Amino acid sequence: MKLFDYARADSPEAAARDGALANVKFIAGGTNLLDLMKLQVETPEKLVDISRLALNEVEETEAGGLRIGALVPNADLAAHPKVTAGYPVLSRALLAGASGQLRNKASTGGNLLQRTRCYYFYDPASACNKRDPGSGCPAKEGFNRIHAILGTSDQCIATHPSDMAVAMRALDAVIVTLKPDGDKRRISIHDFYRLPGDTPDKETVLEPGELITHVELPAPPRGRQLYRKVRDRASYAFALVSVAGVIAVEDGKIASAALAFGGLGPMPWRNVDVEDALVGKVPGTAAFEAAADALLADAKGYGGNDFKIPLVRRTLIACLRDLTEGTA
Amino acid sequence: MSNSATLKMDAAAEHSLLDDGVQGLIGQPLDRVDGPKKVAGKAPYSAEYAFDNLAYGVLVGAPFARGRITAIDDTAAMSLPGVLAIVSDPDKFLRNSGQGGQNEAPVQNAHEVFYMHQPVALAVAETFEQARAAAAAVVVRGEPIDGEYDFEARLDTADTPDDGVIPPATSQGDIDQAMVDAAVTVDGIWTTPGQNSAAMEPHVSTAIWDDDGLTLYGAYQMVASDRMQLADALGLDPEQVRIVSAYVGGGFGSKLGISSEAVASAIAAKQLGRPVKTVMTRQQVFDATIRRSNTRQRIRLGADENGVLHAIGHESLSSNLPDEDFFEPAGIATHFLYRGEHRRITHGIVRMNRMLSGSMRAPGEAVGLLALECAMDELAEKLGLDPVELRKRNIPDIDPEKQIPYSARKQVECLEEGAKRFGWDRRNRTPGAMREGEWLIGHGVAAAARTNQLMQSEAVARLTPEGRLVVETDMTDIGTGTYTVLMQIAGEMLGLPADRVDVHLGDSRFPPAAGSGGSWGAGSSGSSVYLACRKLREQLAEKLDCDPAKLTLKDGEAIADNRRVAITDLIGDGLEAHGRIEPGKTSESHTQSGYGAHFCEVRVNAVTGEVRVARWTAVYAAGRILNEKTARSQCYGGIIFGIGAALTEALVHDPRDGRIVNHDLAEYHVPVHADIPQLDVVLLPERDPYANPLQAKGIGELGIAGAGAAVANAVYNATGVRVRDYPLTLDKLLSGLPPV
Repeated sequence: MKLFDYARADSPEAAARDGALANVKFIAGGTNLLDLMKLQVETPEKLVDISRLALNEVEETEAGGLRIGALVPNADLAAHPKVTAGYPVLSRALLAGASGQLRNKASTGGNLLQRTRCYYFYDPASACNKRDPGSGCPAKEGFNRIHAILGTSDQCIATHPSDMAVAMRALDAVIVTLKPDGDKRRISIHDFYRLPGDTPDKETVLEPGELITHVELPAPPRGRQLYRKVRDRASYAFALVSVAGVIAVEDGKIASAALAFGGLGPMPWRNVDVEDALVGKVPGTAAFEAAADALLADAKGYGGNDFKIPLVRRTLIACLRDLTEGTA
Repeated sequence: MSNSATLKMDAAAEHSLLDDGVQGLIGQPLDRVDGPKKVAGKAPYSAEYAFDNLAYGVLVGAPFARGRITAIDDTAAMSLPGVLAIVSDPDKFLRNSGQGGQNEAPVQNAHEVFYMHQPVALAVAETFEQARAAAAAVVVRGEPIDGEYDFEARLDTADTPDDGVIPPATSQGDIDQAMVDAAVTVDGIWTTPGQNSAAMEPHVSTAIWDDDGLTLYGAYQMVASDRMQLADALGLDPEQVRIVSAYVGGGFGSKLGISSEAVASAIAAKQLGRPVKTVMTRQQVFDATIRRSNTRQRIRLGADENGVLHAIGHESLSSNLPDEDFFEPAGIATHFLYRGEHRRITHGIVRMNRMLSGSMRAPGEAVGLLALECAMDELAEKLGLDPVELRKRNIPDIDPEKQIPYSARKQVECLEEGAKRFGWDRRNRTPGAMREGEWLIGHGVAAAARTNQLMQSEAVARLTPEGRLVVETDMTDIGTGTYTVLMQIAGEMLGLPADRVDVHLGDSRFPPAAGSGGSWGAGSSGSSVYLACRKLREQLAEKLDCDPAKLTLKDGEAIADNRRVAITDLIGDGLEAHGRIEPGKTSESHTQSGYGAHFCEVRVNAVTGEVRVARWTAVYAAGRILNEKTARSQCYGGIIFGIGAALTEALVHDPRDGRIVNHDLAEYHVPVHADIPQLDVVLLPERDPYANPLQAKGIGELGIAGAGAAVANAVYNATGVRVRDYPLTLDKLLSGLPPV
């Protein structure tokens, strides 16, 4: 790998100040960043190691939600009693990701910032607008089995690979950050990610040096929760399609619904039209098909990933059935 | 008395001394003797030898897939810290890796690029990280031209390979007419993708020169021929080249021949006057070593109303680089597995600018049976016959092509025992009819066969004055258990417990062995050890003045004629004997193969098409089992390989330049633990006197043969969807699944 400077931050404030310089990356678990540095996909001039900061607590908030330190390992978060009790969708999403070893190292904040698994992004011998803006997107006419069907642009059709972030999106998580000037910011996860547009290299709204310190979850949602991941092998594979769902049924009708999707778009995908097609409806095939129609209204396949369109329709309907069956 | 013993297998070895041994080692399910060293980090792999002044090399790949190199600009690379040299020697650098068993250099001339990422230079630096950065900074200039990347579009251009060890085309009778005349037929095209061996240990070479020449610590399967390849590539006398390959972290065919990092490291080490170590990255193992070819196979089966085959055709195409001889011998088992007086088996090569293709675990059977054994399943369905019964009805009396007898063959017993253990009579009989919640349940069967081969192999065995037995041969242990089974053979023959036998392998200074390939390793090298030890037995008998046939050796004592003496009293200053096995007439007089049968249950998710293997029974017969544990482990590994071939593994070549898109283990999907159920593996007792004096046949590749076909047949049985295009990923099943 290229030479780089390394500094260990002794406070979040110092980390944010250090991180504001050009071409600096924070490192926590390193499960994604180190791979990318070995391949020279990422070539930071400086790493600021935040792994020893005191950001590894899971606490209850006054609102009855959870405040999760950015450094809480994925494995710990998945097993936390408050998470398994109040947010099983999150626990299951975490456990569906990566492998036991990776979950032990990977951090909550880092998971949100995983880079895509697009083959061409990972190969520095290929063009890639995300890695090398303006160089082109070979995936569109190349092998694109794992690529996005929603939210793509001419410049990029990559997906976001996280499972955890999909559940966080269904749970309306808020990402708490610290800026180099000491200001704190609370960013809804719905505003956190950016569509690729003409700048697929810019994936989030984070500013230079802005450090994720916590992720907050509102009080546990009412209703039933589910995370379903469809993949090529039983473990250690990224989602072809995943669904995070939270649905409450009252008086025989869907009272509330939150649905987020992995494997479909450049960010954990959530479309309020899907939920609007369900709320107030009697659970059943008609409502479920309408929800799938809403989700897929703008879906576009690129050849190798065309199958995701029927796959997510089927998966969504099965999930909705599981989320509502026996509740009437 | 001569101290060497040679046996040419011209006649059956009706009696094996292993059956006379009383030490109780042979066949036992012993743990691998190298296991404790490996878990303690004391078994040095080729990247782990420490040398003062070691420099690190990283290969530089071409940035285009076809064309001529005009310049290798090292300006930027040389300015980086720690960089020692950017070494390129296009006359000597390998263009392609070597194939197994060849004694000449693989294709050199790296002026020309024939596939994406072909190695063209080696960046050498003080540390690995510096070398890797330097490699990335080398600018390779050239004149790219159009290449050939579309297999399907080039089917018509296929050429027929030259006649070699495996005949590329055989034909008898009139299959076209026989298909017209047949009561029931199957005629279909199956396709299989390219695969990578994905051994845990990447390809690696550590090169060091001294006054005697070159020593290369490398990861190899066949040390003797690899040494010849390397010497020829470097223009050296073979005597000037030593290869050490004591421990190897998996091969599966990918380390049969030498690869580019060996020649590059040797040249760099010579140029710099320092040892140079080059470990390929995982991506380079995928891009620039060797692959199993993709195939397109047409199977034709024609049977009468009773299910007896009269026509059997297997015509296949695989891909390779221009001028390379290797073709994927997909029809290899079709020659002898089933009846049919009208037969046609052909192979063709489509020339493409994809990395070299060559032998990967069970070349031929591994992909050929994915087609043949699914065609048999389709035929059974059309006939309304139990697929087990169909196979039994088509077991030939004699080899249908060569008209010679078979050696030991428990094809029927494997099918029957497997069916019984699996509960085949309780299988799902109507495709798509068995369901548990969201999961469709299906059952499948397929036959296994892997040709048995004997190769020339030599070993030396030495009894030391202290009463220890030392065995030396350049045979390799690629994780298979060679150290252990050779110890068991030697200990059994000379009546010594495991801890008094030392086996040394993988050094070209030792007698040349057959190497690890083609499942012939244990049988061939084991026979040479057997012969050397038999000679030592004779020497001990002579010292004891008794008939060797009446000599019993146990726990370091020699017993004969009511006498019992410690062998140390007989050894004197030490005894030494050399053993050599050669194939002979039994290879021609009898068709030899291991056999087996796979039975599996799969569950296919009715919503998503995800396939999970739920249950597995396999029964094999492969002659004498030398170590029940290592043999069973080979079968486990083979089945897992087969499950991967059926469901997930596929090299994806970019349609525009042939590059391997999914060149890492995150995206090239080998099965993980969660994909594999408990595997029930049974090894039937058998002896094959035509195979070798051990009466043992190869088992390393038997487990993969047919395994994936059992999965595909079970997927059909579960869903009613026939997929003839491997792997059976869920996208290929979706349209045939029930509505949600």
